[in-house]
Amino acid sequence: MTHAGNHSGSYLDAPHGIASWLLTRDHKRIAILYLISITIFFMIGGLFAAGIRAELLTPAGDLFTADLYNKVFTLHGVVMIFFFLIPSIPATLGNFLVPIMCGAKDLAFPRINLLSWYLYLIGAMLTLGAVFMGGVDTGWTFYTPYSSMASNTNVTLAALGVFIAGFSSILTGFNFIVTVHRMRAPGLTWFRMPLFLWAMYATSLVMILGTPVVAITILLVGAERALGFAIFDPRVGGDPVLFQHLFWFYSHPAVYIMILPGMGVISELVAAVSRKQIFGYSFVAYSSLAIAIIGFLVWGHHMFVSSQSIYAGLVFSIITMIVAVPSAVKTFNWAATMYKGSITWESPTYWVIGFMGLFLVGGLTGLFLGAMGLDVHLHDTYFVVAHFHYIMVGGGVMGFLGGIHFWWPKMTGRTYPETAGKIAAILVFVGFNLTFFPQFVVGYLGMPRRYHAYPEEFQILNVMSTGGATVLGVGYLLIVTYLVASLFKPRNASANPWGATGLEWDIPSPPITLNFETEPIVTEDAYNYVGRAQKAREN
Amino acid sequence: MQSSFPLFPEAASSIASDVDLLYFFILAVSSFFAILVSGAVVYFAIKYRRRHPDEVGQDIHGSIALELIWSVIPFVLAMVMFFWGAELYFRIARPPADSMEVFVVGKQWMWKVQHPEGVREINELHVPLGRPVRITLGSEDVLHDYYIPAFRVKMDAVPGKLTTMWFTATKVGTYRIFCAEYCGTQHSGMIGNVIVMEPQDYEAWLAGGRTTGTAVENGERLFTQLACITCHKTDSSGRGPVLAGVFGSTVQLMDGRKIVVDENYLRESIMNPQAKIVLGYQPIMPTFQGTVSEENLLQLIAYIKTLKAPAAAPAAGAPAAAGQPGGK
Repeated sequence: MTHAGNHSGSYLDAPHGIASWLLTRDHKRIAILYLISITIFFMIGGLFAAGIRAELLTPAGDLFTADLYNKVFTLHGVVMIFFFLIPSIPATLGNFLVPIMCGAKDLAFPRINLLSWYLYLIGAMLTLGAVFMGGVDTGWTFYTPYSSMASNTNVTLAALGVFIAGFSSILTGFNFIVTVHRMRAPGLTWFRMPLFLWAMYATSLVMILGTPVVAITILLVGAERALGFAIFDPRVGGDPVLFQHLFWFYSHPAVYIMILPGMGVISELVAAVSRKQIFGYSFVAYSSLAIAIIGFLVWGHHMFVSSQSIYAGLVFSIITMIVAVPSAVKTFNWAATMYKGSITWESPTYWVIGFMGLFLVGGLTGLFLGAMGLDVHLHDTYFVVAHFHYIMVGGGVMGFLGGIHFWWPKMTGRTYPETAGKIAAILVFVGFNLTFFPQFVVGYLGMPRRYHAYPEEFQILNVMSTGGATVLGVGYLLIVTYLVASLFKPRNASANPWGATGLEWDIPSPPITLNFETEPIVTEDAYNYVGRAQKAREN
Repeated sequence: MQSSFPLFPEAASSIASDVDLLYFFILAVSSFFAILVSGAVVYFAIKYRRRHPDEVGQDIHGSIALELIWSVIPFVLAMVMFFWGAELYFRIARPPADSMEVFVVGKQWMWKVQHPEGVREINELHVPLGRPVRITLGSEDVLHDYYIPAFRVKMDAVPGKLTTMWFTATKVGTYRIFCAEYCGTQHSGMIGNVIVMEPQDYEAWLAGGRTTGTAVENGERLFTQLACITCHKTDSSGRGPVLAGVFGSTVQLMDGRKIVVDENYLRESIMNPQAKIVLGYQPIMPTFQGTVSEENLLQLIAYIKTLKAPAAAPAAGAPAAAGQPGGK
């Protein structure tokens, strides 16, 4: 490898050629492959979202047929959750940063890392195949017995795609866990790790413990459709509610796969934009683990009106309320980190503030749904839709975009226009709120989810939503435009454009293939801004 | 009934204002924290904005006291919400003993209602003001959910079992019914209206409705037509258990478990008779899956519930004579 600071040795330059990318074992190149793939799927999912909002502009179901609308919202959910949100931060920023933050040359199993991308692609292609063969209409939740007995769409193929993509998630989680355990640089103790690593570690636990369960569940639905297994079919003694238990046992923790990485990104960004040690480091670190573990015990809160035992409901409700506490602790600590900081107003700050605003609303509205007596009214209404979009988009996507804006110079060696970055953050924040805040109101009014047509009294709120979605869409397109445009400019990013701490900022932008010229030795806590400034003054 | 741009749903059941109260409580707590934290973030971001390129923040690492405060206070508030929500939920889940009964069956894509008096309706539900109404809910195909926003209640209709929900309407009027569990093509068309009437109007409406006999009468007719009566005799000489007084009693099963006979057990015993055999009987009863519709099933159950044990009869469900062959 060539010298640090000499861009010709960067991971982007050598070796050349398509094959060198498609067969790469470099975690950074795999991160880029993932970034391209999930961006494409984000756009596909976004197109479906645009379809939903266009249909709901008017109360009558006049744009699509009912069957087509049902396929559109199903595919919006399937694509966004399984092919964008779940891989989003872990497979891109996680892949890129976990080895570097550990001070390692690569992940523990580079070939398995590449395999995970191929599995993701195969799964995604199968699901896209189901789209081209006529789509699937079960909702992303695949509830039985509709999915196993009633639907005559391509459920098996779409589910097979999700099943295979699940393995890519398991392999990524497994790779991260081994890397964090075995490949940390000398001196990098657990409590010196950047909080992004803690978040990735907690996310990985959920990935490897939860994903196999949804894989089995999907397999059982396939077996019932194809072979007539009586697992969920009540006519032969099966239990349709059993599916909901199995499905949510994974899919509730999967929400934490989507939000914990966003929290990890924000922990990094808050410290960097404030140039300050994170407030309550160990509390933020442990709260990630607490969320990952307790998050496995709350699945039944999706089932308060499903005929689940009301006593089981009690247990799920109280644990749901408890899991709110570590999220609250994180939020307070982020806010406290900014106290007496030195806060920049560069574009990452806009994403940090946007994330906090939206995540607060998302988290707090979860309390409404965790309170059982209130959930009876709110369950399966637009209130729920608004709530989980505030978490998954307000938290997950804002975290992802914040992270992309923060590490873009490191990943590509290019900077993007600051003003455009700020305008995009504002557009996304405003557009998002305009889209989803009215849905809380229309949800409390009683508008159910997954309605192709709706009563007229809900129209004005739906028009607001559609208007907001338009602004949101413009914001996202703006980001894609200036980020892609930046790639056609010469590399101009310095090694550390934000003046941040962390091993990734001590190496060139973009990094060399093996990340470090010599193995780094860590001698300080993460976010040691004050210590570094003192040292700089002494020198 | 609805204004053209409502921002808050009508409250037309005894439970509705209690649900709204909890909603406003959580809304107040949430708004307080949302404003507190986002206000602090924006305030800090402005007040502590970077003034020199090399400036760093102050050397603050954390505070155990603060961590405790902002763990314990949210925990306590969350527990208040839990207990409040749970208490409300148990009230919503448990119908009063004196409720009048209505049977509702969900089917792609309509709601079929039968009143005990025999009147049937589709997608509409007439109920009297001020009386608790208990709905026994079934499904003929996939999951559905009977949702009345103005009453703040909903419940899944689950194929393969019966579920219940209840409400007491407190305002005369017409309110929407939605299917809230996705059920396929016409899911959003599976809607209807609850019509709440003054009790005397309701009685008049009932009397004016065309009926083919009450639910119990229809159930009794089915009981004979389907030849249930040949095994489930009124005395202990039948091959199946005596059904008089069986509803609500506790029976012992072949595997030693004791269970209370409720609607779901009766339903299961008709549709899947081999699942839970009463001790002392043979598993010889055929399934009525496919023969008996969900509506017929509700009629049969309504009839069986009326069968009262004679005063001197032995404990219901107990095997009358050990040597006798029998089904369930």
